[in-house]
Amino acid sequence: MSTATAAAAAPESAAPPRRPGLLRTAWRYHRTKIGVVLTAAVLLVAVIGPFVSPYSPTAMAGTPNATGIDGALFGTDNVGRDVFSRFLHGGYTLVAIAVLSALAGVAAGAVVGIVAGYLRNWADELLMRTNDMLLAFPQLVLALLLLSILGPRVWLIVVIIAVSHANRVARVVREATLKVVEQDFIKSAEAIGVPRWRIMATEILPNITSPLLVELGLRITYSVGTIATLSFLGMGLQPPTADWGLMINEGRVAITVQPWAVVLPVAAVAVLTIGANLITDGLSRASIGIDRGVEK
Amino acid sequence: MTRLILYRLGYGVLTLFVVSLVVFGATQALPSDPAQAILGREAADPARLEALRQQLNLDQPLALQYWHWLAGAVVFDFGTSLAGGMPVAELLGPRIQASLTLMLITAVIAAPIAMAIGAFAALRRDRRFDHTSSMVTLVLAAVPEFAVGIVLILLLATGALQVLPAVYAGSSEDVLSSPDQLVLPVLTLGIAVSPPIIRMMRASMIEVLESEYVQQARLKGLPERTVIWRHAAPNAIGPVAQVIALQLGWLAGGVVAIEFLFNFPGIGKALMEAIEARNLPVIQAVTLLIAVVYVVVNLLADIVGLAANPKVRVSSR
Repeated sequence: MSTATAAAAAPESAAPPRRPGLLRTAWRYHRTKIGVVLTAAVLLVAVIGPFVSPYSPTAMAGTPNATGIDGALFGTDNVGRDVFSRFLHGGYTLVAIAVLSALAGVAAGAVVGIVAGYLRNWADELLMRTNDMLLAFPQLVLALLLLSILGPRVWLIVVIIAVSHANRVARVVREATLKVVEQDFIKSAEAIGVPRWRIMATEILPNITSPLLVELGLRITYSVGTIATLSFLGMGLQPPTADWGLMINEGRVAITVQPWAVVLPVAAVAVLTIGANLITDGLSRASIGIDRGVEK
Repeated sequence: MTRLILYRLGYGVLTLFVVSLVVFGATQALPSDPAQAILGREAADPARLEALRQQLNLDQPLALQYWHWLAGAVVFDFGTSLAGGMPVAELLGPRIQASLTLMLITAVIAAPIAMAIGAFAALRRDRRFDHTSSMVTLVLAAVPEFAVGIVLILLLATGALQVLPAVYAGSSEDVLSSPDQLVLPVLTLGIAVSPPIIRMMRASMIEVLESEYVQQARLKGLPERTVIWRHAAPNAIGPVAQVIALQLGWLAGGVVAIEFLFNFPGIGKALMEAIEARNLPVIQAVTLLIAVVYVVVNLLADIVGLAANPKVRVSSR
């Protein structure tokens, strides 16, 4: 909860010791720092990679599945393209799609959750019941079902993952909203006739930023995993695109002859998800105050 | 309590109905012609197109198509496979058995180990074992399971340590005949399902260990072993059972990528093959089956949770 709003609503309670912001509290944990370093390293590869790669990701660089040849640091893939160049090119699509779908999912979930938690009417009932129905499908299987019929398209992947995030986020946001709605500053805003949409946007939303940030981190972690898995299953980005998930799929048959074509993208996906999860854990510890050492 | 369970059951049936609508809607009720989508480039031949439409009942109104499909699905009749013309149920039977075997072995091995790790971490709270296991579960929970599988293949099936086969070779009928081929898939799935169980067991155990009855037992002078095994552990398991059930439900969907990776002949691989071949009846059957398992297991987890909660058990009957 932001101290600013709480203090403004209850000025008589003699300025409680100002808590440091969520991000600063989270930064105190070693795991957050490690997570930031890991994530930043992979993001750097994904963003700068395309500009520094020695070859085009689709150009032939030598015989297929060769290692230890001149000019190709990590050898060639199953068609003869430079593995290192494809690795450098294969990150930004995964990162962009993952972040985009997580942002869209968290935004949609926040709207649904706040509306459901604040209005508490038939809309709440309807939203939460349809949510339960949506939760009945394992995320990956729902994505596979739709992508297999409609064809693997990038916008469709974003929509499917965003929707399956949204209903999970909505539940968390609704719980957080219910706690905020009970507070006096909401009642006072209602009493002076602030429109309900403004209460939701300017009173409730700023007070649930902590759980929202935690959710965003969690959803980005899951998005990266799910999108990489979809690409690995051949239902994500399509050849000849350079994409980490797809590279793993293409390289796994020749894993004994040319392990680099699999090792590089797997390491990148693993490090990225681990980094994102460490940051998320730091954020969630900071937001619920697990930190016993500091609280004392 | 009975009423609550009945309510949950009724709700579960409703959910299953919606799930069937989604599966059917996604596959057969699309504005585009499924027959054309299935045949792809071969759709130019009008005779084949017409034959396929007949086979899929596409000439009937949508509601009737859905009714026929659902009525069949309830008695496990999903029509005939478009590849080979075998009944889908017959095709999937051994696959389901193989997948269930894989899931069962994983559950039987992973759940007790995860619970033991979680309980031990709780006993060693804030000591080195606790910190290590907390960090390891955090890392393993993040990495997508297929990546865990590949790392295991790289470590144990290629390079210096070639102790296990990298992929499964064999039919779905005799999965148990070569146990060494099952090690890597089971290990991967086990690593994928364990972290939440470990964390829940740790949290639950810590809560119980701090309770007054455990304190009382200790004050009575009972040996620590008795306190832990007779007083603490049985009470800590309730909430964990629910998490285990949820993780088993996750397994139903989680096997898809793992079976694809290890070439294991279960329903996950059947789904990927069906997608590859645009084999609509098989896609419908497998996705419906996975969703049904997921819903039913979630329902069971709910009921287990209700039954394990003394407040609910006693107050509202």
